[in-house]
Parts: sequence; C-alpha cells; structure tokens
Amino acid sequence: MSKNPRWIVYLLIFIVLLFIPRILSIHDLMLFEYGITFAIVGLGFNLLLGYTGLLSFGHGAYFAAGAYTVAMIGKYFPQAYSLEILIPAALFFSMVLSIIFGFVCVRHTKIFFSILALSLSMLLFALLFKLYHITGGSDGLRVPLPNLFGMSFKGIRRPEFLSGTYYYFLLGMFTVSFLVMKGIVGSPFGKALQAIRDNEVRAELIGIRVRRYRLYAFVISGMFVGLGGALWTFVNGHVTADLSHWVFSGEIVYMTLLGGFGIFEGPIIGAMIFTYLKLYAMGNTQYWMFVIGGTLIVLVLLLPNGVAGAFSTLWSKIKKSD
Amino acid sequence: MLTIDNLKKYFGFVKAVDHVNLEIKEGEIVSIIGTNGAGKTTLVNLISGYIKPDSGRILFLDKDITYASPYVRIKLGVGRSFQLIQLFTNSTVLDNVRIALFSKYGMIRRGLLPADRYSTVTDEAIKILDSFSMSEKKNLTPKGLSEGDLKILDIAIAFALKSKLLLLDEPTSGVATNDKFKVMDSIVKAIKKEGISTLIIEHDMDIVSGYSDRVIVMHEGKIMAEGKPDEVMENKEVKATVFGIVS
Ligand SMILES: Nc1ncnc2c1ncn2[C@@H]1O[C@H](COP(=O)(O)OP(=O)(O)O)[C@@H](O)[C@H]1O
Ligand SMILES: [Mg+2]
Repeated sequence: MSKNPRWIVYLLIFIVLLFIPRILSIHDLMLFEYGITFAIVGLGFNLLLGYTGLLSFGHGAYFAAGAYTVAMIGKYFPQAYSLEILIPAALFFSMVLSIIFGFVCVRHTKIFFSILALSLSMLLFALLFKLYHITGGSDGLRVPLPNLFGMSFKGIRRPEFLSGTYYYFLLGMFTVSFLVMKGIVGSPFGKALQAIRDNEVRAELIGIRVRRYRLYAFVISGMFVGLGGALWTFVNGHVTADLSHWVFSGEIVYMTLLGGFGIFEGPIIGAMIFTYLKLYAMGNTQYWMFVIGGTLIVLVLLLPNGVAGAFSTLWSKIKKSD
Repeated sequence: MLTIDNLKKYFGFVKAVDHVNLEIKEGEIVSIIGTNGAGKTTLVNLISGYIKPDSGRILFLDKDITYASPYVRIKLGVGRSFQLIQLFTNSTVLDNVRIALFSKYGMIRRGLLPADRYSTVTDEAIKILDSFSMSEKKNLTPKGLSEGDLKILDIAIAFALKSKLLLLDEPTSGVATNDKFKVMDSIVKAIKKEGISTLIIEHDMDIVSGYSDRVIVMHEGKIMAEGKPDEVMENKEVKATVFGIVS
C-alpha cells in the first residue's frame, strides 16, 4: 500500500487538510466545509453511477433523509441531540429510506431507473413540504449546534464551532468515508458491481444476483449521501424541503459529472469546484442556470471524463513524453 | 447427469426448440451441430436459464431446474459460454476471470479488503488463464484483445465457474480458421483434465468430430440424428439437409 505513490499523495493532502482552518478565512472555511460534505455525497452517488452504472436523479431524497433526521431529533428529542447519536441515526434513516425506494428502483435500469428515482424523491419532497406541523413545510427547520460526547457548544457562535471542533469532526468523517469507499470499490463486492455495470447478462450468468447487488449498491450509496446530508446541516444551520427536490438531485449529478464519474477521486474534485463555482456564479450573475447548462455542454463535448479525467489524461501524456 | 424431456420453445411461428429429448452422461463430451437457425443457441439458453421454455422439463443431477434462476443453476454446476462474446469490458482479463471465481466461491459479499488480498483466487485465475495460454495478457482489457482471444476469455470465464456441465456455444466462431483446431485443443484438454461433462455447439462438423463422444444433429428445432461422429456423418438425411450432399 505505502509503495503506491497514490497513497503518498493522499497522505500529503490529508496533512494539508489538517491545517486548512489556519489558512482559510472563516468565510472560505465554511465554503470548504460545504465542499467536504458534498464530497462525501459524491463518493456515495458515484458508487451507483460510476461503479454500478445507474444514474439516479433522486439522490436528494437520501440527503434530505440524513438532514431531516438531524433537524427532527433537534426539535423533538433535544436530549438526544449529540453527534454520536445523530450520525448513526442519520445513517439508519437514510438506509431505511434507500431500502424502500431502492427496492422499487432497481427493478429497472437506464432512463426508467432515473425517472423512478426522481419520482420517489419528489414524493418525499411533497411530504416534507405538506406536513408543515412536523417538518416546518417551506420554512423548514432550524438546526442548532449539537453536542459531542458530553461537550456542549452553548453560547458559542456557529463560525467558531465550524472552525474548531467541527472541522476536525468533518475531516474525520470524510477520511473514514473515503477509506471505506476506496475499500468497497476495490473489493470482490465492488468488482461484482462493476461486472454488473459492464455486462448485466454475463453477470447474471456467472451467478451474481444482479437485482440484489444493485440494491446493495443503492443502499450503501444512499447511506453515504445521508451522512453527507447530516453533516451539511450543521454548516448550513437550516434544512428545507428543497433538499429532496429534483433540482437539488440534479446538482449532485452535475458535480459528479463535473469531476468525472470514471475516476474514484472525480466526484470529490467535482464537489469542491461546484461549491465555489456556485457561489461565484450566483453572486455575480443572475444566470446561474446558464452557467450550469453552459459548463455541462462543455463537459459533455470536451471533457467527457470530467475534470479529473482531463488531468489524468494530461498526466499520462506528460509521462509518455519523458 | 442432464436429462431434457420434451422441451419446447417457440418464438411466434418459429419453432426454435420443438419437443427435444436429450441426455448427457457424466464426463461425456457431446456436440450439437446444425445449420444456422436450427435452434442450438436457444437450447443452450434454455439449459442455462437465460430464457424459460414453453413446456417440457430439464433435470440436472435429478433436480428439476426447468424454471430455476441462473443463480441456482450455477450453484448446481451448469456453466456456459456465449456465441456472441459477453465480457466485462472495462475490467482486465484477470478480473474477468477473478469475478467469476469470487462469485463461484460466494465471496462477492466481501466488501472491504482489496480483491488482490485474496491471493489464492488470483493464483487460481492465473492458472486458468495459463491453461488457455492467456496469462501474459492478464493486465489488458478486452479492448486490447484479438477476436480469437476474446472468445477464449469468454470460455475461460465459463471454465472458472467449475461447472459440472459446461455449455459451449460455438467456441470457435470468430476465431481465425487456422487457429480453430488450436483453440479446440486447448479447450478440450482443459475439459478432459477436469472430467467435465460438456455440450459443444458448432455448425461445422469437422471441428467437433475428433473431440466428441457423441454428435447430435439439430434441424428446425428437432433432433434429426444422433450417434458416434462417423455414424452421423454417414446418415443420408443429415448429408442432404446439413451438408447439402445428395447421393
Ligand atoms: N429471442 C428470440 N426472439 C425471436 N426469435 C428468436 C429468438 N432467438 C432465436 N430466435 C429464432 O429461433 C430460431 C433458432 O435460433 P438459434 O437458436 O439462435 O439458432 P442457432 O443457434 O442454431 O443458429 C431462429 O429462427 C431464430 O431467428
Ligand atoms: Mg447459435
């Protein structure tokens, strides 16, 4: 493992990440933390898209499941409002939701799968929107600062919380997610998913129960996205039903394509670029949708393997010319 | 070992498999020959569970597998290769075989350790590739292989399932004419070493006659003749319809 130069790069990046709170202003740090939560989302989403070959237009639902788990526990069970409970709870509820929705979706593939995933997420959107006594409807719910192993952050302002303890908690969560996903995609299980992606017929006829393994991938994917959603709430401080709207799901798709779904690190890079791009474009132009549309066209035509794909092609060209 | 009883599959008016009876014994190598459209591939599809019959029964090791899923059949020991190659296009040659082994051993649930850590599986995959003279190409993907090698890889995957009954659908189609016998040699050598019962589909009698214990001739969904290779070759009806020789 340590002989592989890739792991040395990972380690170097990790060390840099440890010092990020000292380098960035609080405003930029918050943005960076949004990026990290989306990177976890991207890792999960890409298990389904890049490794299993299923394009979901409804992954906002599992993000919302994680986010609302946090917000609702905060509102209805404040005594349990502590990260060590909230994170497992968010994982649990996003798992339950993705088992139910996934069970329906994996019966289909291609565009039918995509549309079904989208429809089910809109169903959740409608519920979150309409049940306003419980969910706060279009106002959503506020997300206070959580406890952590008995530590209370009462009286501390959110920026302080985010630049201290929480940043390192987030970094830890990201590191674990990264390692677990890296393990999954290289394991026999991950190879089975890639076999399904590459040739469904042959996969079935070497004894892989294709539907079941698609469901496994769907659920794992949903749990990563749910974790991302839960971690995101503390940065954002507020959740709304929009998280389960297809527009938000579309953003998850977009950032994954932007980074490149054919490369493990692609969605992470995509999440980071997307976060800054969105802020910049929304701040400077009213034509955010045009920016998205325009870059998407450029991506599809010029960089079909995303930003990470372009870099890796460039890299292999440089190595060849030596 | 395999008993096919009155098996029927029609596609609309096309009688692809028309009330076929067939038996394969332990360790036997049986070939089915017949012109294009005779129903050979459909028969393989029915036995491997890729499609389901209209009526009739398929018994394997005394179990009724007529409507069993491919998964159950593979667990029982029925494996197949494909006339039109079916590979894992973005995986290496090694992984194409390894995935089949992982599946066979029920190891595809293992989700954390890298596949490379299971070195016995990797070694076994390389051994299988070796027996088909493919181990030097283990790190290539199917995109980098010749037509003949693709075909051999397809068969190596079927082989990795360690089937008790192996169904090979036109194992030499797409292989250059000069290499056909070489390919058949390496396949049959591997089969014989393991003592696997095998059903080989071919449309060319010459290729299979030297390797088969028994030859079955299919025509328009029915079995027209059956017997030792040379017996079948002498059958007048077979000569006329399959080889187009009128005497
Ligand atoms: N899925 C299918 N749908 C409709 N017709 C089919 C299908 N599969 C095979 N057939 C028809 O069944 C007949 C037998 O085909 P096949 O089993 O492929 O023959 P062979 O392998 O002997 O060349 C052919 O007439 C073919 O057109
Ligand atoms: Mg055929």
